[in-house]
Amino acid sequence: MERYEKAFLAACAAVLVLFLCALGYSNLVLGAHLPSHDERVYCSAGQKLRKVLLKTPPFDHIGVREIAPGKYEAVLIAQIWLFTPDEIDLPVGAEVKFVATSADVIHGFFIPGTRVNMMLIPGQVSEFDYRFTKPGEYLLICHEYCGRLHHTMSGKVVVK
Amino acid sequence: MSTAIVSEPSGFALPQGQLNVIRWNIYFGFAVLAVGVIMGLGQALSYARVNIVQYYPVVHSYYQGLTIHGVLNALVLTSAFANGFLLLTTARALARKLNNALLQAELWTLLIGSLLAAYAMLSGKASVLYTFYAPLEAHWTFYLGLALVVISTWMTSAAQLVALRAWRKEHPGERVPLLAFMSITTYVMWDIASIGIAVEVVVFLLPWSLGLIAGVDPMLDRTLFWFTGHPIVYFWLLPIYVSWYGLIPRQAGGVLFSDTVTRVAFVLFILLIPVGFHHQFVDPGVSEGLKFTIAAITFAVFFPSLMTAFSVMYALEIGGRRRGGSGLVGWFFKIPWGDPSVAAQVLAMIAFMLGGISGLMNASYVMNMEIHNTAYVPGHFHLTVGCAVALSYMGIAYWLIPYMERRELWSRRLALFQAFLYFFAVMIFSRGLIAGGLEGMPRRTNMVYATYGLPAWRIPGIMTGVGGSLMFVSAMLFFFIAVMTVVAGKKTEAGDVPFTATVQTPPRIGWQPRLDRLSYFVAASVVLVIAVYGPFILGHLPLRLTTAGLLYP
Repeated sequence: MERYEKAFLAACAAVLVLFLCALGYSNLVLGAHLPSHDERVYCSAGQKLRKVLLKTPPFDHIGVREIAPGKYEAVLIAQIWLFTPDEIDLPVGAEVKFVATSADVIHGFFIPGTRVNMMLIPGQVSEFDYRFTKPGEYLLICHEYCGRLHHTMSGKVVVK
Repeated sequence: MSTAIVSEPSGFALPQGQLNVIRWNIYFGFAVLAVGVIMGLGQALSYARVNIVQYYPVVHSYYQGLTIHGVLNALVLTSAFANGFLLLTTARALARKLNNALLQAELWTLLIGSLLAAYAMLSGKASVLYTFYAPLEAHWTFYLGLALVVISTWMTSAAQLVALRAWRKEHPGERVPLLAFMSITTYVMWDIASIGIAVEVVVFLLPWSLGLIAGVDPMLDRTLFWFTGHPIVYFWLLPIYVSWYGLIPRQAGGVLFSDTVTRVAFVLFILLIPVGFHHQFVDPGVSEGLKFTIAAITFAVFFPSLMTAFSVMYALEIGGRRRGGSGLVGWFFKIPWGDPSVAAQVLAMIAFMLGGISGLMNASYVMNMEIHNTAYVPGHFHLTVGCAVALSYMGIAYWLIPYMERRELWSRRLALFQAFLYFFAVMIFSRGLIAGGLEGMPRRTNMVYATYGLPAWRIPGIMTGVGGSLMFVSAMLFFFIAVMTVVAGKKTEAGDVPFTATVQTPPRIGWQPRLDRLSYFVAASVVLVIAVYGPFILGHLPLRLTTAGLLYP
């Protein structure tokens, strides 16, 4: 290998390692976590996943509830082509844990303008913690194709 | 002597019958691209909230059109082009005929598979998009068709390996010619990478769509899809790298510098296959530790592309300087910009730099939460597959069609205009999608009828529509030039594949000859695949059915 080539490749490797360190720092020190919750809901042939879900905690109590002072849990089920519930009300600054799953096909769970971005996969429970610091009305949209009326599947998060 | 090791220099032409099979692969690929591009126009305009899909014949919904666009352009076109192009480069570099039976079987398998999938998609029974995530269910002909298209690529690989084995017997102790090495490595990589999609389709989805099994595990199927779904990107890209490393230096009047560095870059793609989880960064059920490991491997696989940037740019610089260019950047303007084949591919390289950088952002672990499944993602991959790869196909076609037809290119000037138009069109289009995506504009969504929207999506949407329309015009110009070349190009003598020479020839002693022993790298790759995917897949076995299917909802 030529000298210039070695220098170029060493610089490239250094930059990539630096990027990777920055990501590790944001994750471990700044606490930016990916949704990685692992919990499954099984449903055998002949059963309806939606019915199984409604008997499985926490999906037997859909909606928002305060689990500790200033801490909320928002439990949602996605199905074609709606979120239940389709509106979530939260006070400004509250910590919220979104717990959601799908009752039929794969859906998305995305609040534009925030980091709240996760996939809802039938048989898997998704969780994500977030704190809304600005009041306002936020869009909640399904951002994975889920059938012919996919583009109508949305809800809202109202932060007051 | 040096050229001998890139490709057999004494001249070799494939028998006409075999060249015809290659020709039909390439032409079929471009015919399919034409259909895909027509669909694409409707999708681009829908971001500008203009609905032209309603006037399309046969296609009844945005999502049906999007399925056709994705499957035809990303799977059928890319397989057809790679099959044809890399069979040609392999045969030429080894100066050997190919196995006739495999060649015929490959072409027919590709055609039949494509027709089956086309039937399912055109009849509206498979509007499941290019990713066909279960439990969205398609008609069985869709899954069977896709499986056959993949099998046609395996047949291509077999034809290459049969030729290589025969060549090795006749040339003991010699290094494999570089052009053949790159072409064969591409397919060996794909042979491993395609196992995921093959298992997903043949073991789960096809029997499920035929009613033989009751349900599927959506998480497992999705993971198998992405096992293939990322390295398929290398399968799109590496045939282009074969052209960039092996042909473009010669076309630009230069020469490739290092044989060894080129081989190392290709081998790294075999080694670093299991990166598919970076498409699942926001999935449940995959641990953060595994996700971070995958981010690291993904960053590692960026490395061979950076090697390529150096090698190819250096080869172009040699060309530019030989043609009288001087100074730090002066050589860049002296490369043969008047040759549409070179111009298109150099523009494609520029697009690929932007595509690569935007891809690195996608792959950046926690940053992915900002952009996952937003319009940013198609903004990124239209810079890579939609421009770096597609525009390179066009550039290659500008010598390949004249070569196969023994005719001159029909209008050089129009071809040049076409290439520049395509490049700038993609810049506008992708800028629109990326800007929209950063504002949370979703991908794969019919924006014409969406019941929600944000003001910040408006201008990006219009840019997407304008850029996409210009891409459509440019692609149509390409098809026009291609057809005119075939029917009305001036007849010429038979030419040759424009393969380059290298400055540093491959050593016959030392560690470098071991690079040609692909079996070592295949074994290492399989070990890494098992380490990354083994525990996850075991965690989903034995199969506990989670849900039944939804047939075309």
